[in-house]
Amino acid sequence: MFDSGILFPSLINGLTTGAVYALIALGLTLIYGVLHIINFAHGAALMVALYAVYLLKERFGIDPYLALPLVVPGMFVLGYALQRLIINRASHGKDENILLVTLGLSIVMENAALLFFKSDTRTIETAYTLTTVAIGPAMIALPKLVAFAGALLVSGLLLWIVGKTDLGRAIRAVAKEKHGAKLMGIDVDHVYAMSFGIGLACLGAAACFLLPAYYVNPQVGGGFVLVAFTVVVLGGMGSFVGALLGGLLIGVVESLGGLYLGESLGQIGIFAIFIAVLLFRPQGLFGAKA
Amino acid sequence: MSTRRHFMSQSAAAASAMAFPLVGGAQPRTIKVGVLHPVTGALAYSGQQCRVGALMAIEDINKAGGIKSMGGANIEALLGDAQSQPQAGAAEIEKMNEAGVSAVVGAFASAICLATTQAAAKYNLPHVVDVGVADQIMERGLKNTFRFGPGYRKCAEAAVANLHVLNMAAGKPARTVMIVHEESLFGTGTANLLARELPGYGYEVKEVIKHANPTRDFNNIVLRMKAVNPDIVIPANYYNEYALLVRTMQQQKISPKAIYSVLGGAASSYKFVKEFPDAANGIIDCNHWFNPKDKRSAELKKRVEAKGLFFSYEVFMTYTAMRLLADAIERAKSSDRAAIIDALEKSTFADHIMPYGATKFVNGQNTGAQPLMTQVVKNDIKVIIPREYRETDPVFPLRA
Repeated sequence: MFDSGILFPSLINGLTTGAVYALIALGLTLIYGVLHIINFAHGAALMVALYAVYLLKERFGIDPYLALPLVVPGMFVLGYALQRLIINRASHGKDENILLVTLGLSIVMENAALLFFKSDTRTIETAYTLTTVAIGPAMIALPKLVAFAGALLVSGLLLWIVGKTDLGRAIRAVAKEKHGAKLMGIDVDHVYAMSFGIGLACLGAAACFLLPAYYVNPQVGGGFVLVAFTVVVLGGMGSFVGALLGGLLIGVVESLGGLYLGESLGQIGIFAIFIAVLLFRPQGLFGAKA
Repeated sequence: MSTRRHFMSQSAAAASAMAFPLVGGAQPRTIKVGVLHPVTGALAYSGQQCRVGALMAIEDINKAGGIKSMGGANIEALLGDAQSQPQAGAAEIEKMNEAGVSAVVGAFASAICLATTQAAAKYNLPHVVDVGVADQIMERGLKNTFRFGPGYRKCAEAAVANLHVLNMAAGKPARTVMIVHEESLFGTGTANLLARELPGYGYEVKEVIKHANPTRDFNNIVLRMKAVNPDIVIPANYYNEYALLVRTMQQQKISPKAIYSVLGGAASSYKFVKEFPDAANGIIDCNHWFNPKDKRSAELKKRVEAKGLFFSYEVFMTYTAMRLLADAIERAKSSDRAAIIDALEKSTFADHIMPYGATKFVNGQNTGAQPLMTQVVKNDIKVIIPREYRETDPVFPLRA
């Protein structure tokens, strides 16, 4: 039906979109999969990070990519503080409370954004916004390629942190057996907060990669977070490789689905996969059996 | 989600109750008018722009001495939030009716206007539709409903006829068209009308593509555009998607002979022109636009910009709709709903900044209402058609 002149660019485009999904899902899989916190505030936190990138560019002229060293630690601190000062205290150790607290946080964040920024959609203009790179017959926007490379880099970094560092060992220990970890002298509250911080730091990186090719408004997070949840379930909860590959797969499915079924039906494929995974492989493509 | 909506509707009700206590007495010193727009939710930007227009009109009317035939009675706004949802809009009408408003101005989006006009009709409450382009709003025989601006059939017909004039004058360089539209009532309705009208003038509609709101990525659509290679691209969608679409076209180096937007494109958005000057250049629109020869439109624009806002069509459409209503109340000499409806039916309101001439309602629709063609020229928006409002000559085709 379509020749390779369309199919190939659409495939590449799906991969680059999927990389951003993966980046958002990485943060979610850490919080959701490892610590069993269902973070409803994930989309709102992405929105906050996008506004941070926007403000840095508009007020101080800082390029979104150069803003990485500011936004990523900033989001980490925000995540750490949120978990330590609000979520942990308000939840009293009950999972269902955490769910409500994060939902409440998302409402506060979105309405605060509405108050400060109005519902106006904002974009930034950079020198490279309209630059494209030819890959075979495909013209791919430079910001999307950067996002693709960035997502691979960040997930590599996360894998290394979780697999090779003391912090990573502590996170895995807490995820497996909270009380045992506590008995071994691990500061569980600190590890929880670190994980939440790292999860939000991923969003900071995603925001820096996303904004040059996208826009921000107070409702922007919602669309991404639904896809990110799908990616996490698809890849297997807590699996970083799964989140990365799941994100790329979802991106490609969405892109090709849009091409063949029409743009407004493009997301059908995503949710068909979601249902199929839940039916036939509930642990996800890369998740360990519970 | 429902918790939040509940909270917002509750607090909106509380706020309006505090701001506008019921005034007793037989002869009101003020006339209460409902100002109903989607100021939260997906359409919040447009809704807030509308509200600004309505409030500026009320300020101007009251400053100029209020309703003179009623001893200088002031107009008082009762603000409502339709939350970007038809049912929330209808619920606000119930509240406004209870609060005793004499008329309602609103409610921007077509789908919301369908619900609010019908809810208002139950109470014989006059409802001036400020934007709401879907023609279904006017075709249900509701006696209380009046629309000052043009509907989408009028806009689509004008768009196609004027496109043809442009094309003939340039020696007929354009033959094929691709339409990209959003999936709700406004986009789909407009696209259907265009797809029906265009072949009659000898244009081939190569493809009609529908997309969701929000659409995060337009590369697929633009890839298909590349394959189809249309002479003219016609988008009919809202701002976010419009901006992404045009930007992606620029990335993929697609330059049709014209980008010709119907209702809501770059050439009727100062915001787009400011934020994407390169992408906007040369784009032609068929949309609501003010009479550029009327000095008062420039003054109003300056005042809106002094508030740090863009002078968008929402602002001046609602501004004028409110003035139309005030004119009717002036002639009705009463805050009685039936008297206002009667005065609206007979309206000849001509003292406005829109290119509509003297008002004449037939079944609630202002027959003189028309869209204008505008084009982005040197980072500004200029009227190109019709001739009596022309500010600059059209550039068509953009690229030979």
